Amino acid sequence: METLTPFKEAVDVVLEAGGEPLRTCYQCGLCSGTCPWNLVRSFIVRRIIHQAQLGLVDFESEEVWQCATCGACVKRCPRGVEIIDIMRALRKVIAEVGVAKVPDSLRISVKNISSLGNPQGEAPEKRGDWAKDRDIRTFTEGTDLLYLSCCVPAYDGKIRRIALATTDILNKAGIGFGILGENESCCGESVRKSGSETVFQSLAESNIETFTKNGVERIMVSSPHCYHSFKNEYPEFGGKFEVIHSTQYLWELIKEKKIEFKRELNKKVAYSDPCYLGRHNDIYDAPRDVLKSIPGLELMELPDSHEQAVCCGGGGGRIWMDTPKGERFSDLRLEQALEMGADVLAVACPYCMLNFDDSVLTMSKESLIEIKDVAELVQEAI
Amino acid sequence: MREPRIGVYVCHCGSNIAGTVDVEEVVGSARDLDGVAVARDYKFCCSDPGQDMIRADIAKLGLNRIVVAACSPTMHEVTFRRVCQDSGINPYLFEMANIREQCSWVTEDKGKATEKAKSLLGAAVRRVFYQQPLETRKVSINPSALVVGGGIAGIQAALKIADAGYKVYLVEREPTIGGHMAQLDKTFPTLDCSSCILTPKMTLVGSHPNIELMTYSEVDEVSGYIGNFKVKIRKKARFVDEKKCNGCGICQEKCPFKADSEFDAGMGKRKVIYTPFAQAVPNIPVIDREHCVYFLKGKCRACERFCEVGAIDFEQEDRIVEVEVGTIILATGYGVFDPTPIYQYGYKRLDNVITSLEFERLVSSTGPTDGKIVLKDGSAPRSIAIIHCVGSRDKNYHEYCSNVCCMYSLKYSHLIKEKIDAVVYQLYIDMRCFGKGYEEFYKRLSEEGVFFVRGKVSEVTDEAVNEEEGRLTVVAEDTLLGSIIKLPVDMVILSCALEPQPDAEAIGRLFNVSRSADGFFMEKHSKLDPVATMSDGIFLAGCCQGPKDIPHAVAQGLSAAGEALSLISKGEVEIEAATAVIDERICSACQICKLVCPYSAISFDEEKVVCQVNEALCKGCGACVGGCPGDAISLNHFTNEQILAQMEGMLL
Ligand SMILES: Cc1cc2nc3c(=O)[nH]c(=O)nc-3n(C[C@H](O)[C@H](O)[C@H](O)COP(=O)(O)OP(=O)(O)OC[C@H]3O[C@@H](n4cnc5c(N)ncnc54)[C@H](O)[C@@H]3O)c2cc1C
Repeated sequence: METLTPFKEAVDVVLEAGGEPLRTCYQCGLCSGTCPWNLVRSFIVRRIIHQAQLGLVDFESEEVWQCATCGACVKRCPRGVEIIDIMRALRKVIAEVGVAKVPDSLRISVKNISSLGNPQGEAPEKRGDWAKDRDIRTFTEGTDLLYLSCCVPAYDGKIRRIALATTDILNKAGIGFGILGENESCCGESVRKSGSETVFQSLAESNIETFTKNGVERIMVSSPHCYHSFKNEYPEFGGKFEVIHSTQYLWELIKEKKIEFKRELNKKVAYSDPCYLGRHNDIYDAPRDVLKSIPGLELMELPDSHEQAVCCGGGGGRIWMDTPKGERFSDLRLEQALEMGADVLAVACPYCMLNFDDSVLTMSKESLIEIKDVAELVQEAI
Repeated sequence: MREPRIGVYVCHCGSNIAGTVDVEEVVGSARDLDGVAVARDYKFCCSDPGQDMIRADIAKLGLNRIVVAACSPTMHEVTFRRVCQDSGINPYLFEMANIREQCSWVTEDKGKATEKAKSLLGAAVRRVFYQQPLETRKVSINPSALVVGGGIAGIQAALKIADAGYKVYLVEREPTIGGHMAQLDKTFPTLDCSSCILTPKMTLVGSHPNIELMTYSEVDEVSGYIGNFKVKIRKKARFVDEKKCNGCGICQEKCPFKADSEFDAGMGKRKVIYTPFAQAVPNIPVIDREHCVYFLKGKCRACERFCEVGAIDFEQEDRIVEVEVGTIILATGYGVFDPTPIYQYGYKRLDNVITSLEFERLVSSTGPTDGKIVLKDGSAPRSIAIIHCVGSRDKNYHEYCSNVCCMYSLKYSHLIKEKIDAVVYQLYIDMRCFGKGYEEFYKRLSEEGVFFVRGKVSEVTDEAVNEEEGRLTVVAEDTLLGSIIKLPVDMVILSCALEPQPDAEAIGRLFNVSRSADGFFMEKHSKLDPVATMSDGIFLAGCCQGPKDIPHAVAQGLSAAGEALSLISKGEVEIEAATAVIDERICSACQICKLVCPYSAISFDEEKVVCQVNEALCKGCGACVGGCPGDAISLNHFTNEQILAQMEGMLL
């Protein structure tokens, strides 16, 4: 018969790695029932926390890597347990103490980021290539705004459309902005969530140094992950910048009449809240305000929206890991949008775009729905 | 004044102090201090032999000031002050140094603890040197009492005081007394019918010669102090003459208009002129001005036409009644948490998701369905889920446990099974059945056949498909199975938290009663003074102090009555002599002191153009002393000289 004995040393290692919140959990299971994984497969969040409380976590299990850090459970948790911190601590114990193996794809992505500044393993010199045939200046001291596209649009030819649409709008509005091109590197948000704290910290420090050296004060980002990291995590390391998400910036430009719409966009658009914009940073209105201001556009609300929004599956390092077909949240979300009869599923996050683009392809829905960043829709109407 | 001869006593408190503080060293350090005639240590100074030792020293050595270094003065200052008084020393010539809570209990470092104890004792010795004898004064207690809130707690308190032969003013803001208990169907754990046990008490209140019942009334203003409160009560216009009305009910019958019934928790309708329920006390209706068509449109007056005794009076206005009482009992009860903000539970969004209080009305034979448990469409539910801890034990809403929900939720299983053949699920986090007969009730209900699922519900949806279409789905992790379960049900009952009344803050301010972090009124001491408040003469009873069941609410009501009766029977109380004094020659009438006083103890004398302290209200907190820009206020027992001496003693 198998009997278990709590293993205090293992508890201590997890606590040491930042897992203190596990002490507060009273095991009600609200997290498990809330977690989107259980829409597609079993993932008992509570049990992992309980195992961690007793030092009985199975570090070999793939469950440790499952959490997409979408924050749905944290928002509802009756004890306010920072569940993501617990998951992060478990991963850190693997990634940095080495008690088990980090999944290959994740390990390689983090290694690429650490050596080349991007997960794709591309050359840093090519980072600014997306902007080549546009009139986009390099950021210099005194430039008002730094635009950071995130690694995905920078290197992924298909996702590049986010960065192009955004900068086209800025140019049309006559905004003085610049990019840092080859001097940019990954913000590290998902690196930290994957447990590679040391890599994250050195990224944060070198990015802060780059920004400071170049006299950066305001940063506009397309990715809510960059937003989260710069805004909420970099101050821990002394980096204090004004951080604005593209949807917030666009809404400002619209309100100040710096951009004016010339065309009607007669489309039904469903908006999917990115977890790191919505739940993690409480930005729900700006993207909606932008969409609603586009003439002709009909904004639809998905069944689970705002705080209840379902994750695309790309947070917490999951964007670099393979999720088997049938287990992808983005498929569910796309189905919801299709069921409502949306022509466009609007996103405000490169990870969401990557996942939804993929769902459209694998589900063969190209003729029925398009995935667009909020900025793309604005650009089409001006 | 005589040369100070100070006696110093250092207590071991068993090992509480002596385990960390080198008591002998501390005593040694006191021997050489100015004015000290004797210094000793003792195992328990508060014990009888300890007290006797001090008394003997006073007699033999002619001591005239005493210092005890021991626990907190909130524990034993009274004890030692009494020892002094017995031996002919004014109690204000006693000083206590706290070397337990502020010293031995907060460190394990013996060296530092001993140093700090010496320093605290030195400060006390220096201070007592300058202390002055003060006289406490006595105020008389008006034997009438005021009870605010006519729920079960207030009813019990009022009856007890009235039965003892004293006058009680019972103020209730609703048209009838009874509170929440009147809305309940049956009560755990005995399942006796709530109104059957409540209404006889209500009738007693209504007819008691010593109780002046003021319903549909609220307290507007409170002034005065223990024993001598002046209270202004607003009797809201009922538009029905209480003296003329004979309670025949014809007005309600004939009134052509309806509004949502508060008594039925919005589940049913009542007339616009109404008594909340049949056994209301007093049996006198009120006109709901907000919905009355005559008040809105100037036409109707049907009630007036049919009233045979001419009791309807559309001209009636609010009336202010002033009463004087010696003691006040607050029994304002609780509010029920509104679960609408918990979006995922679907309250107000999905049909057939109801609150526990709504269910109480649904299942009650006097309720809107005459006790039939039915869905919105009139059919009987085949299965019902009861969700525990809705708004309780949840830091997003109320962090505390509401104490009664486990038990009333269990009660529902029985009430449901008694009436219909439905499957009942209890979705709980922990079953808390702590009272007398409660565990037994839990066992009994388990045997009646209920599904227990341990897990906090994450969602209620109407997205059920196929044969379950149209039903609700409850999603939770069954934490004992470690699996997500989905329960198809027809009805969901949300066992909602008990929360402070929405106006608790304002009522707290009105009566000068503070609130604890949970928002309920705060008792003076959670264990040893559970119904008194920091405002002398004001007591708490029932759920206004925290969520509780009927037995505990009743016990508190009786205990508050006991507190009031004890004061009444004593007839007078001593009040603290350490009060603020205003030097009228210096006072510039700026009235800042009046603003900063948390006890409303300062008034402004218009004629003399100076501020004055009401010594009965003053608690000696010193806020005014600090606030006064002109140094016109000093505090007895905390004079500048004494405080500076204390600091000097500490620093030397
Ligand atoms: C759904 C539900 C089911 C329950 N079932 C049971 C059960 O089966 N058994 C059990 O033991 N307990 C049960 N309880 C608990 C029970 O209701 C309380 O213990 C009891 O009602 C407390 O009485 P109270 O007098 O303290 O407060 P309340 O009943 O709330 O009475 C307070 C009274 O004060 C009045 N008031 C409030 N503010 C003012 C003011 N400013 N001026 C004048 N008057 C004011 C109110 O109108 C009210 O009449 C249940 C509770 C709920 C929510």
